[in-house]
Amino acid sequence: MHHRTRWLPSVAAVVVAAGVSLMPVAVEAQASSGAGPAAEPYEVPRTADGHPDLQGFWTNQTYTPLERPEGVDKAFYTVEEVAAIESGRAEREFAQTTPGTIPDVHYDFTQFGLDRSQSPFARNLRTSLIVDPPNGRLPPVNAEGRRRAAEVAAAREGVGRWDSAEANQLDDRCIIMRGAGPPMMNAGYNANYQIVQNRDYVMILVEMIHDARIIPLDGRPAPPERARQWMGMSRGRWEGDTLVVETTNINGKNPFNGSSDRMRVTERFTRVADDTILYRFTVDDPLTWDRPWTAEMPMKETIGPLFEHACHEGNYGLYNTLVGARLEEQRAAEAAARESGR
Amino acid sequence: MRDRLFAWTIAAVLAGAGLALVALPAVAQETGYTAPRTADGTPDLNGIWQALNNAHWNVEPHSADFSPVRELGALGAVPGGLGVVEGGAIPYTPEALAQRDENFANRLERDPAIKCYLPGTPRATYMPYPFQIIQSRSHIMIIHEFAGAVRTIYMEDHMESPADTWMGWSNGRWEGETLVVETSGFYGDTWLDRAGNHHSTALRVVERFTARSPETLDYHVTLEDPNVYTRPWSMRMPLYRRVEPNAELMEFRCVEFVEDLIYGHLRKQVDP
Repeated sequence: MHHRTRWLPSVAAVVVAAGVSLMPVAVEAQASSGAGPAAEPYEVPRTADGHPDLQGFWTNQTYTPLERPEGVDKAFYTVEEVAAIESGRAEREFAQTTPGTIPDVHYDFTQFGLDRSQSPFARNLRTSLIVDPPNGRLPPVNAEGRRRAAEVAAAREGVGRWDSAEANQLDDRCIIMRGAGPPMMNAGYNANYQIVQNRDYVMILVEMIHDARIIPLDGRPAPPERARQWMGMSRGRWEGDTLVVETTNINGKNPFNGSSDRMRVTERFTRVADDTILYRFTVDDPLTWDRPWTAEMPMKETIGPLFEHACHEGNYGLYNTLVGARLEEQRAAEAAARESGR
Repeated sequence: MRDRLFAWTIAAVLAGAGLALVALPAVAQETGYTAPRTADGTPDLNGIWQALNNAHWNVEPHSADFSPVRELGALGAVPGGLGVVEGGAIPYTPEALAQRDENFANRLERDPAIKCYLPGTPRATYMPYPFQIIQSRSHIMIIHEFAGAVRTIYMEDHMESPADTWMGWSNGRWEGETLVVETSGFYGDTWLDRAGNHHSTALRVVERFTARSPETLDYHVTLEDPNVYTRPWSMRMPLYRRVEPNAELMEFRCVEFVEDLIYGHLRKQVDP
């Protein structure tokens, strides 16, 4: 779905060769936390400041869907089932750019290792990222959430995607990725992160559109309600070996699964192995769902560095599609004029 | 060609003199200040910092001047400045100087920062927006409020930039009290200020960050670009800590603010 020539290929290309051998390892025990046999307790490495060390390059690239697919009635697949799903998806990714087809007009998605099968990802036996509600599905959207969704749909009525830059989707406009977060949902590709810590802050650099999340750990008060941002405002703290980040003050312009600007996201980052952080988040948004819900996914160590993702600066795609849309309208108008002149 | 050679000879002599001047950057010796240390033992430059000068409008000495946008009146007018360039003027080649003047005359159309493009290095440092240093042993992050521009300074695994970038590729090292950052791998498209001062893809930047008090840094930056300048030249300014207890970088995700400017002419025309 995201084939765009302007985006710099990520470092993921470098790991093409490594990817295959990285895939089938570890993590299964952690990813199925609680379900697997009790392992040796993992000694979390420490920074010089004495905090749990989450630093490094990570990816939450995954094939696991947010919601449990229809017809699946268990929380975990077997290793064999998951392996079959992964290889099936990988085949489809390779097949998507057959020479001479429309997708092939863009770059071959797989050529630069941007597809998931060529990036390191943590195998996840879960059938859904959502772990609560236990059915692995989003809670039903409440009346207020439905009212808002209808309002949004009505505002879109009659607006074409290529009518203007503003009518287009946020990621095509290089403003923010849909899953930039929080919560940090895996993008279709380049779901890469770098974490750097000092004593008082944790910085998470999201590769896509170079979003740096700066999370203060100093116990400062909640931000004033009227200061709102695309990624909200975050406050972090250590709870044992876990980094807990609470985010509010979201501007609501990039709604996560239809959420409102009252959404509160609580993220928990726990390093469970040298090469794995368990990432768990809870979404609480009474204007959309009558109950909070929680998802969990592994973040797998990947290879750095992250390169500068200058999306807006090289956004020829948006410019050219707008030019193309206006040309098509012009042609249609000319054809109509010829038709009526006959 | 001969002029160029002559210029370079002069440049070499001047650079020699410059070095002698620069060799005193023992700012610590000047100020007698030693920065606190991080747990890693390196000088602690962590914090939110901001320049307080008028280099943003023009790094060279300049008079106060009209706003390029009539409607902004006094608020868009340019405040005067004594300049931050050591020696007063950037040592441009004649062609590059003419280019700068042309840039200035067309600055509303050409200044890349107006379009919310990543502002480049060192311009981002002295724009009127804060930036935050987050320092670890292996990576020092410099995150700018403007356009959310990010610089990663590699303190280990130094390498040349694998591709051209807007903010440059930065390799860093500690020299006593000073963080020395060498940056290259630039697109040539960024400017140095709002007055059209410029560089090419050959730009190499050496920055020196030194704590001069608990709340100030000394910032010294040398720019070398033989396509544009006749010799390396430097700027120097203090950077100030944002000391408010609630200081925090805000999102200045400016792309949406410039879409009408960049793409407005491609909007679908609706019949009245």
